[in-house]
Amino acid sequence: MLASRALVRGLQSGFWRRVSTSSAAWAAHTHDVDVVDCSIPQYNNRLDTPLPDVPFVQNLTAEQKKLKEKEKGSWTELTKEEKLALYRLTHELSFAEMRQGSKEWMTVLGGVFIFLGFTGLLVWWQRIYVYGDVPHTLSPESVAQQTQRMIDMRVNPVHGFSNKWDYEKKQWK
Amino acid sequence: MSLPKPAMRGLLGKRLRFHLPIAFGLALVAAATFKFTVTEPRKQAYADFYKRYDSMKEFNAMREAGVFESVRPAGK
Repeated sequence: MLASRALVRGLQSGFWRRVSTSSAAWAAHTHDVDVVDCSIPQYNNRLDTPLPDVPFVQNLTAEQKKLKEKEKGSWTELTKEEKLALYRLTHELSFAEMRQGSKEWMTVLGGVFIFLGFTGLLVWWQRIYVYGDVPHTLSPESVAQQTQRMIDMRVNPVHGFSNKWDYEKKQWK
Repeated sequence: MSLPKPAMRGLLGKRLRFHLPIAFGLALVAAATFKFTVTEPRKQAYADFYKRYDSMKEFNAMREAGVFESVRPAGK
């Protein structure tokens, strides 16, 4: 259950990110190509698979290459900024960044309500201009006759309908 | 940075030992509440109704009202 919740959160922030930017723009961000090649491993930000298949930045500049060389030595010699830069080379989002929500739900809810309201207007128009008349059995006189018959038949005399009618005084209790 | 080692085993068992008695208890409470707020009053209402029920009187009243097809109102 906890893993599924993490999965949902990861999907919520990661999924919409992938969908909102077009896949071509996304690929260009990481690979400098026009289309995503799905036959090679791709980078992903997911809470449940913390070690992506490829590092985030794949085409390193000369500076970044120098940093990677320095990484091959003793890590105690790396400064804090260098460690952070190396992290950002291999990962796009940290766990905290992956988990953080957004205010997108307000937009979604607003859009849902807008479209529901519009649908309501359409339904209203349909009710006025498309539907015919209701049956005559729904007129007040017909309903009164039906109610009288139900009382005569003793419908639900224990708890329900006829229980509420006073048969001596001929009125509702 | 020496943190205590977290619990690696028995996590599901621990959760079940905590939650299952609560679940059973709540289910029993729900059933008991329903029994004593719904079914017992309903049984009592039916018993009271039929204690003072005269079926012939009711039948004749319904017959006079004209709801039957097998018998017509008396006096026709």
